Amino acid sequence: MKGETLTRADLAEGVHTEVGLTRQDCAGLVERTLELVCEALEQGEIVKLSGFGVFQVRAKRARMGRNPKTGEPAAIDPRRVISFRASQVMKAKVDRAQAQAGRH
Amino acid sequence: MIKSELIAKLAIENPHLTQKDIERVVGVILDRMTAALVTGGRVELRGFGAFSVRARPARAGRNPRTGESVDVRAKAVPFFKSGKELRARLNLDGDSA
Repeated sequence: MKGETLTRADLAEGVHTEVGLTRQDCAGLVERTLELVCEALEQGEIVKLSGFGVFQVRAKRARMGRNPKTGEPAAIDPRRVISFRASQVMKAKVDRAQAQAGRH
Repeated sequence: MIKSELIAKLAIENPHLTQKDIERVVGVILDRMTAALVTGGRVELRGFGAFSVRARPARAGRNPRTGESVDVRAKAVPFFKSGKELRARLNLDGDSA
Protein backbone atom coordinates (compact mmCIF):
# COMPACT_ATOMS: atom_id res chain seq x y z
CA MET A 1 0.00 0.00 0.00
CA LYS A 2 1.51 3.34 -1.00
CA GLY A 3 1.40 6.49 1.09
CA GLU A 4 3.65 8.04 3.68
CA THR A 5 3.70 7.62 7.43
CA LEU A 6 2.53 10.71 9.26
CA THR A 7 4.18 11.44 12.62
CA ARG A 8 3.89 13.99 15.43
CA ALA A 9 6.56 16.09 13.71
CA ASP A 10 4.53 16.14 10.47
CA LEU A 11 1.40 17.17 12.37
CA ALA A 12 3.25 19.98 14.16
CA GLU A 13 4.73 21.19 10.86
CA GLY A 14 1.30 21.06 9.20
CA VAL A 15 -0.24 23.11 12.00
CA HIS A 16 2.64 25.58 11.79
CA THR A 17 2.15 26.11 8.04
CA GLU A 18 -1.63 26.27 8.12
CA VAL A 19 -2.27 28.20 11.33
CA GLY A 20 0.97 30.16 11.53
CA LEU A 21 1.72 29.76 15.23
CA THR A 22 5.30 29.20 16.39
CA ARG A 23 6.80 25.73 15.87
CA GLN A 24 7.12 25.40 19.63
CA ASP A 25 3.43 26.17 20.21
CA CYS A 26 2.43 23.78 17.43
CA ALA A 27 4.52 20.89 18.76
CA GLY A 28 3.11 21.51 22.24
CA LEU A 29 -0.48 21.64 21.02
CA VAL A 30 -0.13 18.37 19.09
CA GLU A 31 1.33 16.72 22.17
CA ARG A 32 -1.34 18.09 24.53
CA THR A 33 -4.13 17.12 22.15
CA LEU A 34 -3.00 13.49 22.18
CA GLU A 35 -2.41 13.56 25.92
CA LEU A 36 -5.86 15.01 26.68
CA VAL A 37 -7.45 12.25 24.58
CA CYS A 38 -5.41 9.65 26.50
CA GLU A 39 -6.42 11.16 29.84
CA ALA A 40 -10.10 11.15 28.95
CA LEU A 41 -9.87 7.50 27.88
CA GLU A 42 -8.04 6.62 31.10
CA GLN A 43 -11.01 8.08 32.97
CA GLY A 44 -13.23 5.77 30.95
CA GLU A 45 -14.72 8.65 28.97
CA ILE A 46 -15.85 8.31 25.37
CA VAL A 47 -13.95 10.68 23.08
CA LYS A 48 -16.05 11.90 20.18
CA LEU A 49 -14.32 13.93 17.48
CA SER A 50 -16.99 14.78 14.95
CA GLY A 51 -16.00 14.16 11.36
CA PHE A 52 -13.12 11.99 12.54
CA GLY A 53 -14.35 9.21 14.79
CA VAL A 54 -15.09 7.91 18.26
CA PHE A 55 -12.64 6.37 20.75
CA GLN A 56 -14.13 4.19 23.45
CA VAL A 57 -12.73 2.06 26.25
CA ARG A 58 -14.13 -1.45 26.43
CA ALA A 59 -13.71 -3.93 29.25
CA LYS A 60 -12.71 -7.43 28.22
CA ARG A 61 -13.47 -10.34 30.51
CA ALA A 62 -10.87 -12.88 31.55
CA ARG A 63 -10.76 -15.85 29.20
CA MET A 64 -8.66 -18.83 28.33
CA GLY A 65 -6.47 -18.32 25.31
CA ARG A 66 -3.47 -20.08 23.86
CA ASN A 67 0.13 -19.25 23.43
CA PRO A 68 0.18 -19.09 19.62
CA LYS A 69 3.78 -20.28 19.52
CA THR A 70 3.51 -23.31 21.75
CA GLY A 71 -0.22 -23.99 21.55
CA GLU A 72 -0.35 -24.20 25.33
CA PRO A 73 -3.45 -22.88 27.08
CA ALA A 74 -2.86 -19.57 28.87
CA ALA A 75 -5.14 -17.46 31.03
CA ILE A 76 -5.86 -13.98 29.66
CA ASP A 77 -6.57 -11.49 32.42
CA PRO A 78 -9.49 -9.08 32.24
CA ARG A 79 -8.31 -5.90 30.58
CA ARG A 80 -9.42 -2.61 29.10
CA VAL A 81 -8.97 -2.05 25.38
CA ILE A 82 -9.64 0.87 23.08
CA SER A 83 -12.00 0.64 20.18
CA PHE A 84 -11.95 3.29 17.48
CA ARG A 85 -14.84 3.75 15.09
CA ALA A 86 -14.10 6.03 12.18
CA SER A 87 -16.87 8.50 11.34
CA GLN A 88 -19.04 7.86 8.29
CA VAL A 89 -17.34 10.84 6.65
CA MET A 90 -13.86 9.40 7.12
CA LYS A 91 -14.92 5.90 6.11
CA ALA A 92 -16.46 7.21 2.90
CA LYS A 93 -13.39 9.32 2.04
CA VAL A 94 -10.95 6.48 2.65
CA ASP A 95 -13.00 3.91 0.77
CA ARG A 96 -13.67 6.18 -2.20
CA ALA A 97 -10.00 7.12 -2.56
CA GLN A 98 -8.86 3.51 -2.38
CA ALA A 99 -11.51 2.42 -4.88
CA GLN A 100 -10.43 5.14 -7.31
CA ALA A 101 -6.81 4.08 -6.92
CA GLY A 102 -7.98 0.61 -7.91
CA ARG A 103 -6.65 -0.86 -4.70
CA HIS A 104 -9.58 -3.13 -4.11
CA MET B 1 -15.16 14.39 25.75
CA ILE B 2 -16.19 15.97 22.48
CA LYS B 3 -14.18 18.20 20.17
CA SER B 4 -15.38 21.47 21.69
CA GLU B 5 -14.42 20.27 25.19
CA LEU B 6 -10.96 19.32 23.94
CA ILE B 7 -10.61 22.78 22.40
CA ALA B 8 -11.75 24.43 25.65
CA LYS B 9 -9.11 22.52 27.65
CA LEU B 10 -6.35 23.46 25.22
CA ALA B 11 -7.52 27.09 25.37
CA ILE B 12 -7.23 27.15 29.17
CA GLU B 13 -3.70 25.74 28.95
CA ASN B 14 -2.72 28.31 26.32
CA PRO B 15 -4.00 31.71 27.45
CA HIS B 16 -1.65 33.42 24.96
CA LEU B 17 -3.56 31.88 22.03
CA THR B 18 -7.05 32.69 20.77
CA GLN B 19 -9.85 30.12 20.86
CA LYS B 20 -10.17 30.57 17.11
CA ASP B 21 -6.54 29.57 16.57
CA ILE B 22 -6.92 26.50 18.76
CA GLU B 23 -10.04 25.45 16.86
CA ARG B 24 -8.01 25.66 13.66
CA VAL B 25 -5.14 23.71 15.23
CA VAL B 26 -7.40 20.81 16.21
CA GLY B 27 -9.03 20.94 12.78
CA VAL B 28 -5.68 20.76 10.99
CA ILE B 29 -4.49 17.86 13.18
CA LEU B 30 -7.59 15.79 12.40
CA ASP B 31 -7.63 16.80 8.72
CA ARG B 32 -3.99 15.85 8.21
CA MET B 33 -4.54 12.49 9.84
CA THR B 34 -7.57 11.82 7.64
CA ALA B 35 -5.64 12.96 4.54
CA ALA B 36 -2.79 10.54 5.28
CA LEU B 37 -5.26 7.65 5.44
CA VAL B 38 -7.06 8.79 2.28
CA THR B 39 -3.79 8.49 0.35
CA GLY B 40 -3.32 4.99 1.71
CA GLY B 41 -0.71 6.05 4.25
CA ARG B 42 -0.35 5.50 7.98
CA VAL B 43 -0.40 7.74 11.03
CA GLU B 44 2.06 6.69 13.70
CA LEU B 45 1.88 8.42 17.06
CA ARG B 46 4.21 6.78 19.58
CA GLY B 47 2.59 6.21 22.94
CA PHE B 48 -0.86 6.90 21.51
CA GLY B 49 -1.35 4.47 18.65
CA ALA B 50 -1.29 4.00 14.91
CA PHE B 51 -3.95 4.47 12.24
CA SER B 52 -3.81 2.50 9.02
CA VAL B 53 -6.11 1.42 6.20
CA ARG B 54 -7.15 -2.20 5.99
CA ALA B 55 -8.68 -3.98 3.03
CA ARG B 56 -11.88 -5.93 3.65
CA PRO B 57 -12.59 -8.55 0.98
CA ALA B 58 -15.93 -8.74 -0.82
CA ARG B 59 -18.39 -11.03 0.92
CA ALA B 60 -21.93 -12.28 0.73
CA GLY B 61 -23.96 -10.40 3.32
CA ARG B 62 -27.59 -10.67 4.28
CA ASN B 63 -30.34 -8.16 4.46
CA PRO B 64 -31.15 -8.53 8.15
CA ARG B 65 -34.82 -7.74 7.58
CA THR B 66 -35.60 -10.07 4.69
CA GLY B 67 -32.78 -12.60 5.08
CA GLU B 68 -32.00 -12.11 1.39
CA SER B 69 -28.40 -12.59 0.31
CA VAL B 70 -26.67 -9.46 -0.98
CA ASP B 71 -23.19 -8.99 -2.41
CA VAL B 72 -21.05 -6.69 -0.29
CA ARG B 73 -18.16 -5.33 -2.33
CA ALA B 74 -14.57 -5.14 -1.11
CA LYS B 75 -13.89 -2.11 1.08
CA ALA B 76 -11.03 -0.15 2.54
CA VAL B 77 -11.59 0.76 6.18
CA PRO B 78 -9.66 2.94 8.65
CA PHE B 79 -8.13 0.92 11.50
CA PHE B 80 -6.65 2.01 14.84
CA LYS B 81 -4.25 0.05 17.01
CA SER B 82 -3.61 1.58 20.41
CA GLY B 83 0.00 2.16 21.43
CA LYS B 84 1.79 0.15 24.11
CA GLU B 85 1.99 3.06 26.50
CA LEU B 86 -1.71 3.89 26.27
CA ARG B 87 -2.67 0.23 26.68
CA ALA B 88 -0.47 0.07 29.77
CA ARG B 89 -2.08 3.21 31.21
CA LEU B 90 -5.52 1.65 30.85
CA ASN B 91 -4.42 -1.46 32.72
CA LEU B 92 -2.25 -0.17 35.54
CA ASP B 93 -3.53 -2.70 38.06
CA GLY B 94 -2.73 -5.78 36.01
CA ASP B 95 0.34 -6.99 34.14
CA SER B 96 -1.58 -7.93 31.05
CA ALA B 97 -0.98 -4.71 29.16
